[in-house]
Amino acid sequence: MSTTTSTTRTISVVINGTSYERDVPASLLLVHLLRDDLDLTGTHIGCDTGSCGACTVVLGGEAIKSCCMLAVQADGTSITTVEGLASDDGALTPLQQSFHDHHALQCGYCTPGMLMSATALLEQNPHPDEHEVKVALQGNICRCTGYWNIVEAVVAVGEGGAS
Amino acid sequence: MTAIETEAGTFQKGSAVGQSVPRKEDGRLVQGQGVFFDDVKRKDMGYLHYVRSPYAHATIESIDVSAALEMPGVYGTLTGDEVALLTDPFFQIAAPPGGHVKDYALAVGKVRYLGEPVVAVVAETRELARSAAEFVMVEYEPLDVLVDARAALAEGAPVLHEDCGGNLSYSGVWEWGDVDAAFAEADHIVSIGELHFDRFNSTPLECGGALVEYNRGTGQWTMYTNNQFPGFAAIMMGPAMRVGIDKLRIVTQDIGGGFGNKITTHPQLTVCCLLARKLKRAIQWTEYRTDFHQSMAHGNERWFQGTEVAVKADGTLLGFRTKAIDDAGAYLRYEPLGGVIWSQVAGGLYRWRNIRLEFTQAMTNKAPVSPNRGYSRMQQLWFTERVIDIVAHTLDFDPVEIRRLNFIKPEQMPYETANGCVYDSGDYPRALDMALELIGADEIEDRRAEAASRGKLLGLGIGSTLDSGTNNFAQSQLINPELQFSGNNEVATVKLDIFGEVVVTLGTTPQGQGHETTAAQVVADILHCDVDIINVRAGHDSYWNSHAGFSGTYASQFAVTGLSAVKGAADLLAADMVKLASMVFQCPEEAIELADGFARIRDNHEAALPFMALGAIPNANNAGFPDDPPTMNCRYVYRPAFEVPDKERKFGNLTLTYATQIHACIVEIDPETGVTEVVDYAAVDDCGVRINPQIVEGQVMGATAHAIGAALWESFVYDEDGNLLTPNFYDYHVPHVLDMPPLKTGAFESPSPFTPLGTKGMGEGGGGGIHCICAGIQDALRAAGGAIVTDSHNPYHRVWEMLSHPERSRETIEVTSR
Repeated sequence: MSTTTSTTRTISVVINGTSYERDVPASLLLVHLLRDDLDLTGTHIGCDTGSCGACTVVLGGEAIKSCCMLAVQADGTSITTVEGLASDDGALTPLQQSFHDHHALQCGYCTPGMLMSATALLEQNPHPDEHEVKVALQGNICRCTGYWNIVEAVVAVGEGGAS
Repeated sequence: MTAIETEAGTFQKGSAVGQSVPRKEDGRLVQGQGVFFDDVKRKDMGYLHYVRSPYAHATIESIDVSAALEMPGVYGTLTGDEVALLTDPFFQIAAPPGGHVKDYALAVGKVRYLGEPVVAVVAETRELARSAAEFVMVEYEPLDVLVDARAALAEGAPVLHEDCGGNLSYSGVWEWGDVDAAFAEADHIVSIGELHFDRFNSTPLECGGALVEYNRGTGQWTMYTNNQFPGFAAIMMGPAMRVGIDKLRIVTQDIGGGFGNKITTHPQLTVCCLLARKLKRAIQWTEYRTDFHQSMAHGNERWFQGTEVAVKADGTLLGFRTKAIDDAGAYLRYEPLGGVIWSQVAGGLYRWRNIRLEFTQAMTNKAPVSPNRGYSRMQQLWFTERVIDIVAHTLDFDPVEIRRLNFIKPEQMPYETANGCVYDSGDYPRALDMALELIGADEIEDRRAEAASRGKLLGLGIGSTLDSGTNNFAQSQLINPELQFSGNNEVATVKLDIFGEVVVTLGTTPQGQGHETTAAQVVADILHCDVDIINVRAGHDSYWNSHAGFSGTYASQFAVTGLSAVKGAADLLAADMVKLASMVFQCPEEAIELADGFARIRDNHEAALPFMALGAIPNANNAGFPDDPPTMNCRYVYRPAFEVPDKERKFGNLTLTYATQIHACIVEIDPETGVTEVVDYAAVDDCGVRINPQIVEGQVMGATAHAIGAALWESFVYDEDGNLLTPNFYDYHVPHVLDMPPLKTGAFESPSPFTPLGTKGMGEGGGGGIHCICAGIQDALRAAGGAIVTDSHNPYHRVWEMLSHPERSRETIEVTSR
C-alpha cells in the first residue's frame, strides 16, 4: 500500500459563515480539514470509528460526524462548528448557557459534539421532550457526566429557560 | 490509636464556599476554545505513529525500517535497540521478583502484549506516518501465551520476564486481629469458592498524546500533554533518560478525561522526547482509540479464592480470610501498588476486626494495568459488599439489616480499623436510610409483584462504598520496604499582581473536576472579595514553581491536598495584604481588615486600599518604606501529617479522608434473554464540606455512569491467544444516553476533622454502582433459582447462564454451622 496524498482536489466550503477554498488530498477526513488545516480545534476526535460523536458538526442543518466524511464530500456545503455558535461579542447561545448553568460538562471534550447534535435537534424541534433529546444525543458519548445534566440542559432550552 | 494531627479550623466560610458557583472553565469549553494537547501545533512538527505488536507474546527476531525511511516525507524512526542504548529501564516500584522487570519505552528483544509499541515512525503527516509504519518489517517468533493470572504461577506456564524467574510480581500476607479466634467463635462459617472482579477501564474520550519540543541549547524538553500525574512521570523519566527533573517540563491545560488511565504515559512520552532530540523537530503523538484500548492502563482484574467468613448467629461479622490474585498485565508501570492500596479499605464500611488476605500479583500477556477510577479499593469494596450479600443470602439475613448491624457507627468516628487506618468521619446508617428512601425501598415488594406480572424479575441492590483519599505514599513501603516515598503534598501559589489581579497557580492537572472554580471560591472567601476577580491559571506547568513530587490529579485528593495548598497560600497573601495596609496607614495590623475587595481600617472604612494599590506598591512603587513591604507572592506546600506505617505488622494510617457513598438500584431482568435493565437508581454522597455542591454531584453522577457500564457492558475481553476482542467503541460498549436510568441523588456533610477545610476527596466514587447492580441482580434471581453473583461484570449471557444453571454458582457456596 502507499499513501494517496498526491491525489488532491480543490474544494470550497462555507464554515461558520466564512468561505474557504482549499486543495485537499482525497483521503483527508473532514475533521482533519477542520482541525489541522483550518485550526478549528473545537471539533474533537474520540474514537476513529464513528462511535463517539466528539467530531459532530452541523452540515446543511443536519448533525453529522465529521470523522465519517471526507473533506472532498463537503465541497459546496455550509457547515457550522462549535466555534460558530456564540456571537462575535462572545454572547453564548441559550444552549451553551444552559450547559453552563446545568453543569452539563466536566472535561469538555465531548461538549462541542453534544452542543452541535443538540443544536441540530433544536432547529428541527424547538421543544423536545426528554426522550427526544436522548434519541438525538444517542450518537454522542460522554464519559464524565452520565448524561443526566446534559439532557436536562437541552430540555430546559426547549422549555424556554436556560436555568 | 494511630496519631493524626487535627487541623485547626481556621477557615471561615464567606459567600463563595458551599455555593454552586458556575464553573470558570465552562466559558472556553462551550465555545470550543479549550486547549487540549492535540490542539497544540508547531511548524514542521513530525507526526508519530507506533508500529505495534500483533502478538501477545513473541521474541523480536529482526526489525527493518529501511523501506519506511525511504518514503518521501518520513522523518525518522526509533527502535527498541536505540531506546536500550539511550535510556535505562524505568525505575521499578516492586521489590524482587517484580523489581527485576526491565521496562523500556519500546519493546526490547521481546513483546509481551498485543499492541505493545515496537517501533516509532515519524512523518510529515499523520496519514503518512501511519502508512509508513506498514512498511516497517518486524519478524517475530511467537511464544506461548499467558492470559489468566490464576495459571501464571503454575509449573510450565510461559514466563514473560525471564529476569524475574517467573510471573510473580508481588506477594504478601496481610493479617490483623486474631483470625483463628474469630473463626473459633463463629456460629457460621460461610465459604465462597471464587469471586472475580473484571478487567475494564474508564476510557476517557480523549486518548493519550503529546506535543513534545526539545530545546537543544538548554537540553530541556517541553511536553504539552495530558498526563495526569506529572510528578510521577518526571520521577520515572528523569533517571531513565539520564537527565535532571528540571529538564522535563510538563504542561497541561485542558484534559479530556483521565480517571487514572493517563498516569502511566511515561514510556510514550519518553519516545517522543528521544525523537524530538534525534530528529530536531517537534513531535506530535496522538493515540488512536484502538491503540488506547490495547495498551493504555487497564484496571486491575482480581480474583478472590477460598474466601471464608466468620459470622455470629445474630449476623455479626467477626472476620474473613481470602486469597486475592491480581492480574498486573505485562509490565509494572504503577504496580504493584495495587497490592497495598486495597488495604485502605480492607474491611469496607464494616467492623471486621479479624482479617487475613494473601495477596498475589502476577504478570500476564495483557495490557499493563495502572490506576483506574477507584483504583484497587474498588475491587476490595466490591469484595466486601459481595461477601455481605452472599452471607445475607445464604444465612437468610436481610441485606439492609446485616449492613446496619455491622456498619461502623457514627459515634465511633474517628474509627481505627483493624489495620490502623483511621476513618475520619461519616454516618453510614443515615446515608443508607437516605438511599433507601430515594429508591423507594418500602414499596419494593409491590414493584416486584408488578414486574412479575409482566414476566420480569425485579431486584433491589445496595452498594455501600468508600472513597479513600489523600494517600500516605509511605504505604508503598509495605510492599517494598526499600522505597523512599512517604507522605503526600501539593503546592499552590497565590499572588497579588501589579494591577490588583489575584493570580492562583496549582500543581494539579484537572480533567473536568473544576479546580479553577473551587480554588477561586476558597481564595475569594479568604481575601473577602468577589470570586470573579480570582484568576486561576488553567492546568499545570512544571515551570510555574507550584508543584512537588506528588503533584497531579488522582486518587480523590484535590479537595484536601489542592485546596489546602490554596488555602495556605491565600492565608499568607491575606496576611501580607494586612501587613502592607498597616504599613501604609501606620497602624497596628490588628486594626486592618479585608472586606469587600479592600484592605481597610476596621473603625474607619474611608481609610481603604483597593487591591490595585496593594499590588502596585511592592511591584512598582516601593520607595520610602522603612522596612521591606511584603512581596504579595505567596507559595504554600500542604503536607498532611502522616507517619510511616509499621512495616512488620502492615499497620498504620494510609489515607487521610474517607468519603461515603451509598448507592441503591432497582433492576429488572428479562428471564427470556438475561438482559438486565437498571430501572431506578439513587446515590447518596457524604464527602464532608462541599466547596461546590454542583461539582460534587457531577462527580457522583460520573462515577455512577462508569460503574453501571462496568457492571453490565464494559469489559476488556482477551481470547486465549491474547487478542483483545474489545479494541474500540463498537465492541467495548460504554453507556450511551439511552442506557441511563433515572437518577436521584442525596447528600449530607460529615466534615473531616483532619483537613483544613473539613473537606474530603470524592472523585472516584468507589465503584458503588458495580456493587449495587451485582446485589440487585442477585436479589432478582432469588425468585428464579437463587443464583449467586460471583462476577463484577454481568452481561446478558452471564445472567442467562445464572438463570439456566443457578446451581453452578450456589454450589460454590458452603455453610458450616455449629
